[in-house]
Amino acid sequence: MSRNLILGAALSSMVVLAALVSFVWTPHDHAALDIPAKLQPPNVQHWFGTDHFGRDMFSMIMVGARTSIAVALVAVGIGMALGVPLGLTAAARKGSWLDEVIMRGNDLVFAFPSLVIAILITAVFGAGAINAIIAIGIFNIPVFARITRGAALSLWEREFILAARVSGKGAARISAEHILPNVANLLIVQGTIQFSLGILAEAGLSYVGLGAQPPTPSWGRMLADAQTMVSFAPHLALIPGFAIIVTVLGLNLLGDGLRDWLDPRIRVARV
Amino acid sequence: MSLLQIKDLSLTIHGAQILKRINLSIDAGQIVAVTGESGSGKSMTALAVMQLLPSGAEADGSLQLDGQNLLNQSEAQMCALRGAAIGMVFQEPMTALNPVKTIGDQVMETILIHKAMPPARARARAKEVLSRVGLPTHRFPMSRYPHELSGGQRQRVVIAMAIALRPRLLIADEPTTALDVTTQAQILDLLKGLVSEYGMGLLMITHDLAVVADMADQIVIMRHGEVVETGTTEHLLHHMQHPYTRMLFEASGHQVSLPLSPNPYPLLEVEDVVRDYRLPRTHLFGAPGHHRAVDQVSFTLNRGERLGLVGESGCGKSTLTRAILGLEDVQHGRISLGGQPVFTGHTPNLAVRRKMQVVFQDPYGSFNPRHRVARLITEPFHLLDTPPTGSERRDRIAEMLVAVGLSPNDASRYIHEFSGGQRQRIAIARALIIRPELILFDEAISALDVSVRARILDLLAELCATYDLTYLFISHDLSVVRTITDRVLVMQAGRIVEQGATEQVFAQPRHPYTRTLIDAAPRLPEMGQGAA
Amino acid sequence: MLRYALKRLLSLVLSLAVASVVIFAVIEVAPGDPASFMLGVNAQADTLAALRAELGLDVSKIERYFNWVGGMLAGDFGTSYTYRTPVSQMIADRLWVSLPLAIYALTLSTLIAFPAGLYAAARRGKPGDVAVMGATQLGIAVPNFWFAMMLVLVFAINLRWFNAGGFAGWENGLWTGLQSLTLPAIALALPQGAILARVMRSALLDILAEDFMRTARAKGLSRRQALWRHGVRNALIPVLTIIGLQFSFLLAGSIIIEQVFYLPGLGRLVFQAISARDLIVVESVVMLLVFAVIMVNFLVDLAYAAVDPRLRSRT
Repeated sequence: MSRNLILGAALSSMVVLAALVSFVWTPHDHAALDIPAKLQPPNVQHWFGTDHFGRDMFSMIMVGARTSIAVALVAVGIGMALGVPLGLTAAARKGSWLDEVIMRGNDLVFAFPSLVIAILITAVFGAGAINAIIAIGIFNIPVFARITRGAALSLWEREFILAARVSGKGAARISAEHILPNVANLLIVQGTIQFSLGILAEAGLSYVGLGAQPPTPSWGRMLADAQTMVSFAPHLALIPGFAIIVTVLGLNLLGDGLRDWLDPRIRVARV
Repeated sequence: MSLLQIKDLSLTIHGAQILKRINLSIDAGQIVAVTGESGSGKSMTALAVMQLLPSGAEADGSLQLDGQNLLNQSEAQMCALRGAAIGMVFQEPMTALNPVKTIGDQVMETILIHKAMPPARARARAKEVLSRVGLPTHRFPMSRYPHELSGGQRQRVVIAMAIALRPRLLIADEPTTALDVTTQAQILDLLKGLVSEYGMGLLMITHDLAVVADMADQIVIMRHGEVVETGTTEHLLHHMQHPYTRMLFEASGHQVSLPLSPNPYPLLEVEDVVRDYRLPRTHLFGAPGHHRAVDQVSFTLNRGERLGLVGESGCGKSTLTRAILGLEDVQHGRISLGGQPVFTGHTPNLAVRRKMQVVFQDPYGSFNPRHRVARLITEPFHLLDTPPTGSERRDRIAEMLVAVGLSPNDASRYIHEFSGGQRQRIAIARALIIRPELILFDEAISALDVSVRARILDLLAELCATYDLTYLFISHDLSVVRTITDRVLVMQAGRIVEQGATEQVFAQPRHPYTRTLIDAAPRLPEMGQGAA
Repeated sequence: MLRYALKRLLSLVLSLAVASVVIFAVIEVAPGDPASFMLGVNAQADTLAALRAELGLDVSKIERYFNWVGGMLAGDFGTSYTYRTPVSQMIADRLWVSLPLAIYALTLSTLIAFPAGLYAAARRGKPGDVAVMGATQLGIAVPNFWFAMMLVLVFAINLRWFNAGGFAGWENGLWTGLQSLTLPAIALALPQGAILARVMRSALLDILAEDFMRTARAKGLSRRQALWRHGVRNALIPVLTIIGLQFSFLLAGSIIIEQVFYLPGLGRLVFQAISARDLIVVESVVMLLVFAVIMVNFLVDLAYAAVDPRLRSRT
């Protein structure tokens, strides 16, 4: 096992653990206002300091991890659940009109960056965490469809697939039995990378107010709140920023480490 | 003094011993062939001379080119020698050229990088060399890109690059392995001609003993990183000392005797089959072109018969194989097995499919790496209405594994635990397990080393006796087809140009193409009796 | 080549048509009538009808779609519900901020990525490679808007080298304009540059493993000469793909970055329009962004053909 894998797994599990623990315990109530104690820098009582309402930053970061992880995880789930079958189908029916429609559809979705989807949805339905999930999730669909199709196409050329066809197995059965298990590693690695991109996208959306709405804490909104105070209370911006960096870095290292461990030939698409 | 003198060359890569005290020498104008099976270290010897070894390699001993020890040269000095004093030709012409540069630029680069002459003269020289290797610029302009040339033509470009500066030593690493026999014969002739014309020394790496016997002045036999035997071709062929050398030559010309086939009556009938592929349009509004891969092919394969199908790449034999297997629909004609059509309408007929199985070429790509052998070889059970279960299934698996020379315990192992030859045995077990009436061997032994190949041929002969096999053996290797089939079809450009009893066709080919094919194939000479 | 370009062009027109239908349909499901939203709940029925006619809302949906698309083709994006000014004018003003920003950032990211990727690939496994890869790993993990805040903190608030926000305008000279865009462009470029550098490196490493690189070395090229003469152009093919994809991310990213620097670009226009429910502005800006992305990908497809002769002759 590589250093990347160990470090990545450690950082990622630390963040996930913080999110899980926040359900039963946080050092302070993350929503409790304490105006007299506002804008304290990190100290013994408040490990990460307090914000402009005197709320405990450490507790907010812990609870905020929940939002980030939930949004990114569900978004990746949507992308995989829809993208992988689409990619498998396109590969199984290579060159057919169905393949063409799926691939052109993918190209079309790629023309709508997740932020643009979020803007559209928000313009119509108003802002919220669900919109962020849908926006990031929709964008993940073509990512998974493409890499699944690409990997599946090269597998379809392999002789063991021909052997399965000679044994009378149909496209659906071959996809499930032979293709999917052989692209699983790739999907795990890409899933980890998309997860980290989801964390970044969620932070960006909630920073501009298109993500989770108050009172749900989120790292992106903590940064938005910090913006006007950054000159006299830099910890307000530094701490949520570090939280995002640690999480994303951890997931990326985990993805790279998993790739090297599972199959060094896997190519990760990263945009 | 020798042009190249290798003395006690040893090589380790990351500590693993690759070469052990190799000795060989080449004189100007001489062809030395280094041969052996995979893993013998023959290619590494070539790369050591070029000093293009993979990272982690450490060489020891001496490599003298005209008295200059190459192992002591700095990287900059080696750059000055490579391409100028030593040229090299590689195995894979399809990937050996940069796809985004023209062939003219690539040949000129050899000249310009050594600042051997000004650009205008370099251009003239490139033109001259390309013509010399058989690519005259009026037919193959220097502005062509590699993808516009065939494999054989690309190999000529690679040779042109290697000889542009008239190097004293030319190294050719399996230069014709990726080529068809007729192309191979032309490239070998070209190399021979260049050696005598330029007085170069040629270090030729090849696994093909027939090529070796045909080309070399001197033969070096390697195994596991060691030279086991060396000598002049004439002498070595008649006085082989080492048992490995004898085994190698025996395996290359390995003959098997097939049992007589039972009373013939038709099993597979192919009538007037045509398969067209649409080509992409060449003009915006022009009609798309067609490529006729299989052109009105008809033949009959009798029960119990071992039929061969030979032809060069692109002749349509793969397409025909896929059509027979029901993997690909045909536009015209009829393929039937035991009287039943392979296709009903456009869907393959399951009742026919269960009577056929196939063994493919690539022992590494033929199996799902995530399944165990038991699951791999029972995949054809899917074709049966009531596949065997429980102990019956286990017995069938064990029987098959034993039949192909493996052990019943191998059923629970994964495919990566087996060697290439063992994998081909497993592939045969998979094909046999539902007792098909017909087996197709699609280049099934082409990827194997000669000694492994000889044993698989023995296995096939043995299985013919036990199971009354009927098979279609598709191959480009004439010597193998000659020993393993009763009757043979010769295919060229989608058509069957000749068919008949194998011995008859090989001894007295009637069609000019068959003659070309047989003449082009390098032959092992009649071997003298070993002196040992 | 011509056939290839025409085929791409056809696919571009088709994508744009489908995208416009999707955008129009999404905006159509928005609850509420813009006219009554603008006039408030107490509006008279006849003033409402007059306004609806003025806004072109009184015809069927299909007709409205074609009016919208037809207008855009003629450069008329309709009239803003809120400001009652032509949307095309509003967009044109903002475009002079957003487009230079995206191009500036793309240039910077390419300028960071190429040398970094080349350097790392040439020194694979050595300390230089490890350092560059570590830095890019970090660069990918940094959210650009947070990085922007840090840049403001250091270079605007503490060092006072740049203004913390706002846009000085192009009328005061190119340099003044560029200066207001420098911090935003750096913030946008850094994470994208990090990604591009990694792509560049791995593309080069793939090429280094190709047979033709060994052929080049056998001709007498040094490692460095082989990398430059045979590696770079082949590696451009995957790198171009990523540059094309990145453009859409830079556009989207610039919408967020404009918030950090209070830049009067398309991003701010969109957010103002959303809060004022000025849907025609949202619709038009989104269409414009999608148009830009599709257009850039078309150009990337053409660039492929320029780099790769196999593509030119295949079609």
